[in-house]
Amino acid sequence: MEIKYVPAGDSALVMYFSEEVDLKTNKFILALWNKVLDKKITGVLEAVPTYCTLCIYYNPAKIRVSQLKEILENMREEIYPDTLEGKTFDIPVVYGSEYGPDLAYVSSAHGLTAKEVVDLHSAPTYHVYMVGFAPGFPYLGGLSEKLFTPRKKTPALGIPAGSVGIGGQQTAVLSVTGPSGWYFIGRTPVKFYDIYREPPILIKPGDKIKFKPITEAEYQKYAGEG
Amino acid sequence: MANGIFEVITPGLLTTLQDLGRFGSQYQGIPTAGAMDVTALVIGNRLVQNDPSEVGLEITFYGPKLRVLTDVTVAVTGGNLSPKVDGDPLPMWETVYLRKGSVLSFGPRQWGIRSYLTVSGGVDAEPLLGSKSTDLRSGFGGYQGRAIQKGDLLEGSTLQDENIRSLRFPEELIRKPGQEQEIRVILGPELHHFTNEAVQLFTQATYTISDKMDRMGMRLKGTEINHSEKGPNILTNATPLGAVQIPGDGQPIILLKDRQTAGGYPKIAVTITPDISMLAQMGPGSKLRFKSVSLEEAHQLLEEYQQLMDFRLELIEN
Repeated sequence: MEIKYVPAGDSALVMYFSEEVDLKTNKFILALWNKVLDKKITGVLEAVPTYCTLCIYYNPAKIRVSQLKEILENMREEIYPDTLEGKTFDIPVVYGSEYGPDLAYVSSAHGLTAKEVVDLHSAPTYHVYMVGFAPGFPYLGGLSEKLFTPRKKTPALGIPAGSVGIGGQQTAVLSVTGPSGWYFIGRTPVKFYDIYREPPILIKPGDKIKFKPITEAEYQKYAGEG
Repeated sequence: MANGIFEVITPGLLTTLQDLGRFGSQYQGIPTAGAMDVTALVIGNRLVQNDPSEVGLEITFYGPKLRVLTDVTVAVTGGNLSPKVDGDPLPMWETVYLRKGSVLSFGPRQWGIRSYLTVSGGVDAEPLLGSKSTDLRSGFGGYQGRAIQKGDLLEGSTLQDENIRSLRFPEELIRKPGQEQEIRVILGPELHHFTNEAVQLFTQATYTISDKMDRMGMRLKGTEINHSEKGPNILTNATPLGAVQIPGDGQPIILLKDRQTAGGYPKIAVTITPDISMLAQMGPGSKLRFKSVSLEEAHQLLEEYQQLMDFRLELIEN
């Protein structure tokens, strides 16, 4: 794999692995990211993995960029992406009704029944490529092509945290309440983000998510306990 | 023990508690936040003998009016928003003592847009993920996760002040925004998303800061920057401080402290660290030009900048 190292300002070095989303490449990036964190390299402040890049934030007073590159080059030789150990989270979701007001639209747009949409959406084990956009917002890969749905022309406001939606080729759980142009087909009582919880963010890049359909009563029970 | 330091009579336009920022959580989508003008915060903290990473009040455009509830040592640094105590001018960039019962206020803007008020011993704020900075968008950190409001009570454990020396930082060492301020950048990382001609134009054009500017970033107006055949979208990747994104309309956006941790517009350049404090003092209507420097030059400039922040403060003889 050819990796391009490009400076992004005086304190960040970006490693570009490819220009297309690819599960194998992302797993390699996440395995390298874990290694960078484990090794606690002097002068490295933090590292942010994304679909196809790894951005290393460093302090140039503590480490030279040439040294940093050399360390990263040596590290990548030791990476076995298959050993990436993410946790798998079962995420309970109520599909439809006021919890997922766009289920009817998504069903009719694809000529499917609501049940077929729920089955297609809850079947895969989704890989968390990266977390960003908002605190704790997971970018998931693995959505069935049958559910790809172009975004709304105008974003809706005040979509509640926990809403499970589809936007283009992606599916995700909104970690914070806010505007969104996605179609929301369900909601989970699980809090993906709670700053006063330890840890505040539930899911890390490299983890996996499996959606599990539940009833409204089960949602209420979970939300009450949570 | 914590006691009241300031009671907020009026809050000003946007007054938040900020330290150096929240690092290590960007991979979870948590922005760094932190003082926009780090130079001013660090020097302010040193003037009151705090650790440079202590939290201070970041004051924007129109300053607050604060009732002083206890004898306290403070410093005001950054842009000059005409600080006053009981109506008399308060010297900036030096250690000052405020007496219990006095009122600290701000007047007309002289230069810059952000002042920093540092307090000996700091101001109480809950550290979250390693920082006391206010995250305005998510609503946590600082003072109850928000800008201060009328009636708020800022508390702290002020040090006994007799032993604090009076210090001064020579203000003439601080660079102030010029008529057409040069902002130094390192080109890239997504240069291949732009035509060669566009990259040339980018470093020749003069841009004006629009009124769409806040702690997240500033939108500029000026020469349109055209994308190459690769277009205006990239797969979402990390967004460093000072990154200059070019969205579809070709008008640059400079990303600042409250920026999202990742974004999907290509970045033509990234501002060098020493010039972030300069951007922090520029407001709507200010003009700027981008100047490309090499990574080696940038690291040399960063070293000089660090020396400025470590500058030996002058003792004021009383």
